[in-house]
Amino acid sequence: MKKNIYEKIWDAHVVLDEPGRDTILYIDRHFVHEVTSPQAFEGLRLTGRKVRRPDLTFATMDHNIPTTDRNKPIEDSLSRQQVETLQTNCDETDIVCFNMHDRRSGIVHIIGPELGLTQPGQTIVCGDSHTSTHGAFGALAHGIGTSEVEHVLATQTLLQRKSKSMEVRVEGTLGIGVTAKDIILAIIGKIGTAGGTGYVIEFTGSAIRALSMEGRMTVCNMTIEAGARAGLVSPDEKTFEYLRGREYIPADRSFDELKAEWAQWASDDGAQFDTLVELKAEDIEPQVTWGTSPGMVTTINGRTPVLNELDGDDAKTTAKNALEYMGLSEGECLNDVEINRVFIGSCTNGRIEDLRDAAKVARGHKVSKHIDEALVVPGSQKVKAQAEAEGLDRIFTDAGFEWRESGCSMCLAMNDDRLNDGDRCASTSNRNFEGRQGKGGRTHLVSPAMAVAAAVKGRFCDVRNWEFK
Amino acid sequence: MVPFNKLAGIVAPLEALHVDTDQIIPKQFLKRIERTGYEDMLFYDWRYASDGMVPNPDFELNAPRYQGASILLTKDNFGCGSSREHAPWALNDYGFRSIIAPSFADIFYNNCFNNGMLPIVLDSATVERLFTEVRASEGYTLSIDIEAQTVTTPSGEAIPFEVDPFLRDRLLNGWDQIGLTLRHEDAITAYENARR
Ligand code: SF4
Repeated sequence: MKKNIYEKIWDAHVVLDEPGRDTILYIDRHFVHEVTSPQAFEGLRLTGRKVRRPDLTFATMDHNIPTTDRNKPIEDSLSRQQVETLQTNCDETDIVCFNMHDRRSGIVHIIGPELGLTQPGQTIVCGDSHTSTHGAFGALAHGIGTSEVEHVLATQTLLQRKSKSMEVRVEGTLGIGVTAKDIILAIIGKIGTAGGTGYVIEFTGSAIRALSMEGRMTVCNMTIEAGARAGLVSPDEKTFEYLRGREYIPADRSFDELKAEWAQWASDDGAQFDTLVELKAEDIEPQVTWGTSPGMVTTINGRTPVLNELDGDDAKTTAKNALEYMGLSEGECLNDVEINRVFIGSCTNGRIEDLRDAAKVARGHKVSKHIDEALVVPGSQKVKAQAEAEGLDRIFTDAGFEWRESGCSMCLAMNDDRLNDGDRCASTSNRNFEGRQGKGGRTHLVSPAMAVAAAVKGRFCDVRNWEFK
Repeated sequence: MVPFNKLAGIVAPLEALHVDTDQIIPKQFLKRIERTGYEDMLFYDWRYASDGMVPNPDFELNAPRYQGASILLTKDNFGCGSSREHAPWALNDYGFRSIIAPSFADIFYNNCFNNGMLPIVLDSATVERLFTEVRASEGYTLSIDIEAQTVTTPSGEAIPFEVDPFLRDRLLNGWDQIGLTLRHEDAITAYENARR
């Protein structure tokens, strides 16, 4: 029988399938961060249970840590306590922890692939919804809650009901200046933020194949914003080449042997899916969100909605509230919207290729005087080092951006990087929820290139017309 | 976990689509390392008028008639966004044991069961009708019977709902899920050995 990648990985990880019960699924990798784990470790202590496979569990601190001087203690006492708690928990249970002084540290979804911990055919979980990122490697990666974190720590398994499968096929060639971020925003715009609920999505088609691994990670990262349980791309040569030589790729086996093993996970030709969604790459334009949910998105040349053109009272009220929160009016052209803050980073767009893209646009330009702060926050310390080796940091600082240490930073503003009430931000992150980047802050999600263009002009503009220097 | 069989309680309406977990509990409260004590932080940005603790009179849940509510009535895609279990913790600490909506986000839905809470999916038309009924009569209550899988209105109408039998049994028995899985430790070990 022909199988898709989801079915293959699922079938290979079933520990126990009893009728009337959820399936017990084996977990190959468990990533842990400081925010969603303390109560899980506490639960183990209270019940006298042990971490079953510390060797398959890897921790890092990313949400709470400062992006400024790392040698100073964390000022916020609660953040400091949470970071210290993770270190203690890992020390006590023999879990490897890449703490913020480790040159391998960074946002959990960036360092997993970077270290070669993420591999095709694996099941991966983390107490974090953007775990879907790892699906770019052909791994089945689920975000889980803290009770499930405790369950995985204790049993190395997760209870799951099988999801339906959806193929999202993007054929064709992307226009110049159009990126992976625009693909995924366009998909969410098309199917809606609950369009993927109950599904695992496989992204297929020539436009997805043409993406780099970084681009595929951006697409899979935001699968959760479409409501899906996971998002994957079948592994291919690009996947394997990305992984070659990385720290946690088994050194005792020949790489050809590993490749052959990994290649088997790819969906069989002609495999079936429950649903198919199709997009043409040529139709995708640079995207900008206008509202308070990632599905409230349009193109750079688009407009905010006109309320009486919307169907149904709920849609009208939701759009009305969003426009009000965002301080925008009906039918406003996104091209005219002025911003005062910029954030480049996050597990969506904080990888080296994102920074290269952004630097290309920034080179030789200056951040507009209307911008109060423009941050570039690399996704990991390795990304930071690589960018510095390529001189990207200088391009950014010469243009007037701030260059920071890695971490989640203003993606969710748990540390000191945050918007003030009424600030309007061009952000490369993944959520434009009310208050996400700071209470009263207004977030517009865009690609890195679009964020830099907006920083230079002080307003959104079409990066396809950019004057590169 | 405490077994959960029946619930009768006041219903509070939250008329919004796509309520995300950042709205249910904002990030500044995720820095705590405890599992309880989140009641005052629920819907924080909506619930309080200023950054202090002054209740926002325009937020419907603050109305005196909804105090002590244990059932939350809301709209599509409730609990979307992050996987933070602080969201069900905050709802639970506030007193909500059940949430009724036309649909829920996946991770949130699972997280509820792991905390002995019951999310109930009813069709949009029924939810709309319940909104009208709740607002029409102060002190409106619903009775939920998990075993029978019904929500009963004050007029005696029993509305059936679907729930996965395994999830239902977990609530009814208050099973500790980790304990249940560990009963199959042999199967886990066998799986690990077979893959070596
Ligand atoms: S960068 Fe943002 S979305 Fe990604 S893990 Fe950090 S907080 Fe979550």
